[in-house]
Amino acid sequence: MATEHATAGHGGEAAAFDPMHQFEIKRLIPLEIFGIDASFTNSSLFMVVAVILISGYIIFSMSGRALVPGRMQSVAELGYEFVANMVRMNIGSAGQKFFPLIFSLFMFVLVLNMIGMIPYTFTVTSHIIVTFALAIVIFLGVTLVGVVIHGFGFLKFFVPSGVPALLLPLLVVIEVISYLTRPVSLSVRLFANMMAGHTMLKVFASFVVGLGFLGGWAPLAFMVAFTGLEVLVAFLQAYVFAILTCIYLNDAIHLH
Amino acid sequence: MEPEAAKLIGAGLASIALAGAGVGIGHIFGAYLSGALRNPSAAAGQFPNLLLGFALAEATGLFGLVIALILLFVI
Repeated sequence: MATEHATAGHGGEAAAFDPMHQFEIKRLIPLEIFGIDASFTNSSLFMVVAVILISGYIIFSMSGRALVPGRMQSVAELGYEFVANMVRMNIGSAGQKFFPLIFSLFMFVLVLNMIGMIPYTFTVTSHIIVTFALAIVIFLGVTLVGVVIHGFGFLKFFVPSGVPALLLPLLVVIEVISYLTRPVSLSVRLFANMMAGHTMLKVFASFVVGLGFLGGWAPLAFMVAFTGLEVLVAFLQAYVFAILTCIYLNDAIHLH
Repeated sequence: MEPEAAKLIGAGLASIALAGAGVGIGHIFGAYLSGALRNPSAAAGQFPNLLLGFALAEATGLFGLVIALILLFVI
C-alpha cells in the first residue's frame, strides 16, 4: 500500500501511526522465475505457517485415535463436526465428496484470520489478490462441477422458473451477471472485512498513544472491545466464506 | 476544484455506504430478537442464519469503504 499518503500522528514516526503500514509486503527470499517475481514474502511465510499449523495440529491430535477423545482430539473433532454439519445442511448427501475442499478452505481462512489477530503478525487475507485467487478457483471449480454433472442442462440454472416469457430475456441477463459477480463479492467481502477491521484497530490504537496516560484509558477500553469484535468477525468471515462455497456448490449440483 | 480535494470528498461520500450497513445489521438483529421472543424454542436453530445475515449485511457496507480506499490510495 502507498505509504507516501500516510498522515503522521502526533509528531511520532510516520510508520508507527500509519494504519496501512501493517499490510506492507516484504520480500524475505528474493526469487525470480522467467521474469516473474516469485519471491518468498512475509505473506507466503504466514500461509506456510498456517498450513503447517492446521496439518500439524490435526495429524498430532488425531494420532491417538482414542474412542473417548482427549482435549486435543475433541477440538479437532469439533472442527470436523462443524464443517461436516455445514456441508450436510447446505448440500445434502451429494456434497459429502466435497467435504475435504470445504474443510481445507474453512480451516485455511480461519487460521489465517486468527493469526492476523495476533499483534505484529501479517494478515494474509487482507490482500485482495489472495482472497480473489481463492474465490476464482472456487468459482471455476463450481462451474466445472455443474457442467460435468448436468452437461448443457447447466444452462437451465440461468433461467428462473415460473416467470412470464416476456420478462425472461431481461432476467436471464441479470442471472448471468449475478453469477459472474460471485467471485468478486466473495473475495471482496473477506478482504474488506479483514482490512477495514485491522485498519480500525490501528487507528484506535494510535488514539491511545496520542491521548497519553491520562486520556488514553477510554480508547484502550474500546480497543479491548473492538479486538473481541474483530476475533468474532475473523471467525464469521471464514464461516461465511465456507458456507457461501457450500451454497454455490449446492446450486451447481441441484440447480436451484 | 482541485483533483486532490475532489478525491477526498469522493472518499467521504463513499463512506456513506456504511449507513446502509448499519441499518441492515440493526434490522437483522431486531428481526431475530422479535422472532426469538415469539418462539424461543426455534431461536437457537436460526442462530447460524443470524450470523450469516450479519456478515452479509456488513460486507455490503464495506464495499463502499473499499471504494473510498481505492479513491484515496490507488487513483
